[in-house]
Amino acid sequence: MIEFTMPSLGADMADGTLVEWLKKPGDQVKRGDIIATVETQKGLIDIEVFDEGTIEKLMIDEDTKVPVGTLMALINPEKKIESQKAIPDITEEPVIQPTEEKAIPAFLTENIHIKASPLARKIAAENNIDLLQINGSGENGAITRKDVEGAIEQGKLVQGKEKSSIVAEPIKEQNISNPVRSAVAAAMSRSNREIPHYYLEKKIDLKKALAWMYGKNKELPVQKRLLPAALLIKAVASSLKVVPELNAVWDTDLQLKTEINIGFVVSLRNGGIIVPAIHAADLKSVDEIMENLNDIIPRARALRLRSSELSDSTITITSIGDGGADLVYGIIYPPQVAIIGFGSISEQAFAENGLLGVRPMVRVSLAGDHRASDGLTGSRFLVALNNHLQNPEAL
Amino acid sequence: MIENKIKISYREALKQGLQEVLRSDDRVFLMGEDVGHYGGAFAVSKGLLQEFGEERIMDVPLSESGFVGAGIGAAIAGMKPVVEVMTVNFSLLAMDQIVNNAATLLHMSGGQINVPVVIRMGCGIGRQLAAQHSHSWESFYAHIPGLIVLSAGTHEDARYLLPAAMKSPDPVIIFEYTSMLNMENEIQDNPAGVDISKAKIRREGREISIITYGTGVYKSMEAAEELASMGIDAEVIDLRVLRPLDEATFLASVSKTHRALIVEDAWRSVSISSEISARISEKVFYELDAPVKRLCGLEVPIPYPAHLEDSSVPQKKDIVNEVQKILNP
Repeated sequence: MIEFTMPSLGADMADGTLVEWLKKPGDQVKRGDIIATVETQKGLIDIEVFDEGTIEKLMIDEDTKVPVGTLMALINPEKKIESQKAIPDITEEPVIQPTEEKAIPAFLTENIHIKASPLARKIAAENNIDLLQINGSGENGAITRKDVEGAIEQGKLVQGKEKSSIVAEPIKEQNISNPVRSAVAAAMSRSNREIPHYYLEKKIDLKKALAWMYGKNKELPVQKRLLPAALLIKAVASSLKVVPELNAVWDTDLQLKTEINIGFVVSLRNGGIIVPAIHAADLKSVDEIMENLNDIIPRARALRLRSSELSDSTITITSIGDGGADLVYGIIYPPQVAIIGFGSISEQAFAENGLLGVRPMVRVSLAGDHRASDGLTGSRFLVALNNHLQNPEAL
Repeated sequence: MIENKIKISYREALKQGLQEVLRSDDRVFLMGEDVGHYGGAFAVSKGLLQEFGEERIMDVPLSESGFVGAGIGAAIAGMKPVVEVMTVNFSLLAMDQIVNNAATLLHMSGGQINVPVVIRMGCGIGRQLAAQHSHSWESFYAHIPGLIVLSAGTHEDARYLLPAAMKSPDPVIIFEYTSMLNMENEIQDNPAGVDISKAKIRREGREISIITYGTGVYKSMEAAEELASMGIDAEVIDLRVLRPLDEATFLASVSKTHRALIVEDAWRSVSISSEISARISEKVFYELDAPVKRLCGLEVPIPYPAHLEDSSVPQKKDIVNEVQKILNP
């Protein structure tokens, strides 16, 4: 029997609420089918199944919040429909965690080692304090009783009406106004805490690339016309073939990824960001990437993404867009090891072959995880990116 | 009742303890090298020969195995011997008698033969006696089931542990510290609670438990005074009984202060402090707010020059520094 469990849709996700089962026992499923809708901090996500078989049994009820990894359904890999009747209807209670229950502090569910004294851990557990949010003052930065009690005290002071964010409250109560904000906060805090970033920058001349794009757009119907973003995504994907060390995740050591799935930062209208993945961007044409963007960006803004789109990225691109800041320094989305930042494209004085000219320029930044790679690797990547953008027809 | 305090040297305290037990029971006698005519290698038994006579203050040949064995035999036969082994260094020669006879006979005889012998040993570091005569081997004896092992780290215990030990039906080893013999201090006349089963809280405090014994007690008390002037409130526990350990006392203390520093002159590896540290981790792990730390003797043969000898064992300033580090890392 295959166990279908609550998937992790990013390093910041501790649990999710099953909103709706889209399959029932007896239904046949295949890889890629959407089996359920789950609500996370990032909105309603369609959860895909990765196995083939028949749904044997649904283990949790709709509107139930469960931690990542909780058994949700059993899938029988042999598609014998009759076997379904033989299964007695066992009601298993320990698996389910009702929504009302308090959220488990992240340090208990995520596999992160925090240096804290046994006493500090005990007090934190008793008071439902998230140790991840506390700075330790003990030996080698260990969290001590004083630190935890300080956090409790601080929580009480702040409490007025709103609870301190240090106290791990159920997500629904914590910040009803903007759960995405909380998710961003958790992921970015973790990144800044754990990842030693190094930053590189390169100015890239986009004259040829844009000229090629405008030429191509003349031949395309309006709804298929290209935007620079599609070009930049494709160029990044191609450059990752040259420098595969940046297409990876860091989980105690460097794990290179063969698929190049590019996470593209989408800003939400009422604040916060979400990062859907453009799958296998190296194998797609620029047109296909544009098509992909046209499909995924509105869905991202509506918080209707598929689970694979939320969890599969192997690197992230953040792009400022027209008229905005000249350059963006990104913060890596763990467990990825790099993020590429594109500033707004603007006309700049440019010297080439002893002559001055005006060119559409973009300033590109690269933030790398120094545990995983070194500046030289990042530099090779930026050089490769420049080369690809100077030969747009080859993209 | 009026508290009677008397000022007394450690040597005099030991002697008064001996006098008390010799006067209280005719079966009590003292045997050891030079304890009679010479008055004891450290002058602890000076004058006792004149008071109690040759039968009860007995000089013995230089054979630790022989006279400790004789003491054990006398105890089995109904006498109440106090055997003085001049220093712990020489006790190795008597170890077979102590470990294989005194400690086991109750068990080997199916409970028929108990061995109420008390063996006193001078020990410790700090008199420039060099590597072969400067030893802290309490842990050797504290390792042996069947023995009761006491450490007289204060004048009070030097005076009153022996009378308490004489009441034990089982063999008792008392460690006395030669470096403290001339030290004077005030003790209470007839204090309550000197027994051979309990550790003693020498100073109450809230922030850290300094657990120690022997020469560590006064050094820790002085360190605690200095720490108090810096606003640090340390508790000092004198283990006093090294076997069987009174763990209830130090575990309760650590549960209160949540931090522990163990201080001893002995070498660090496989020592009393190792045992204390292990028990704290085993039994009150969830009360700990900082790692358990130890200050022990350096693991070298103890050097002869005074400055090197001093620096080979923990001193008051080391204790003060270590406590500060634990509290304000």
